[in-house]
Amino acid sequence: MVPLSWFLILGAFMFSSGLFAALGRRNAIAVLMGIELMLNAANINLVAFWRYGVTPMQNLDGQIFALFVIAVAAAEVAVGLALIISVYRNRRTVNLDDLDILKG
Amino acid sequence: MPELPFPLPPLPTVAQVVFILIAVLAVIGSLMVVLARNLFHSALGLVAAFFGAAGVYIVAEAEFIGVSQVLVYVGAISTLITFAIMLTRGMMFGATSPRNRQSGTAAIITVLAFVVLAAVLQAIPWPQVGEPITDGQVIIAGLGYAFVNQYVVPFLLLAMLLLVALAGAIMLARDRK
Repeated sequence: MVPLSWFLILGAFMFSSGLFAALGRRNAIAVLMGIELMLNAANINLVAFWRYGVTPMQNLDGQIFALFVIAVAAAEVAVGLALIISVYRNRRTVNLDDLDILKG
Repeated sequence: MPELPFPLPPLPTVAQVVFILIAVLAVIGSLMVVLARNLFHSALGLVAAFFGAAGVYIVAEAEFIGVSQVLVYVGAISTLITFAIMLTRGMMFGATSPRNRQSGTAAIITVLAFVVLAAVLQAIPWPQVGEPITDGQVIIAGLGYAFVNQYVVPFLLLAMLLLVALAGAIMLARDRK
């Protein structure tokens, strides 16, 4: 069987790459993709800890949390993309370096 | 036969080989999301990463989550992202850098985060094997049962959240004229 640490290392890698996409990419849609990667990494950890926890046949909390995360991520990406399209319609750009009108 | 100076590592089992292949797919997809200059290539890498995550769930014997992952992420979310890329096309074919002004700091923070996480994860003695799962149908039945018993209020709130979020998304994105 696969050791638990392999799942966790994969989750850590996906989280880190998602973090870089969210912090360092210039396009707002790429930032949203990074957030999706981070949510997926968290889901991998939830499912892995469910599988290697005590009595995985009865105690399904990890899987239930993962399903909640998937549904909330779907809502989040819909609102996020609508915001991006709205910003694009008003400012004609989704370049995050240009979107600084809230800067003091 | 001469004696080796160090013991050979044990051969990987079939499940471990499958996990490694899936993890390579997910890692390549994640790197494409981060590094690709063309935003469409990022979206393709995102689909690969989603498929990799679904495979990881199946290896972990959470088949229902794996199927939900393919339906929701690969089916719906990547389609939405592709639509958004096409609707905001102005940024897509620029010869400019895909990274913003703070990307150097972001790279340092990210590498540090991964190194610290990996070191901590290596240092902890995690279990090597989980308890055996004898019947997968019991788990899916248990999920359905939990959603209408213990988790019924969060489940209904989630339904409201999805409805409100999708209605709000339509309100935000529609053309006000």
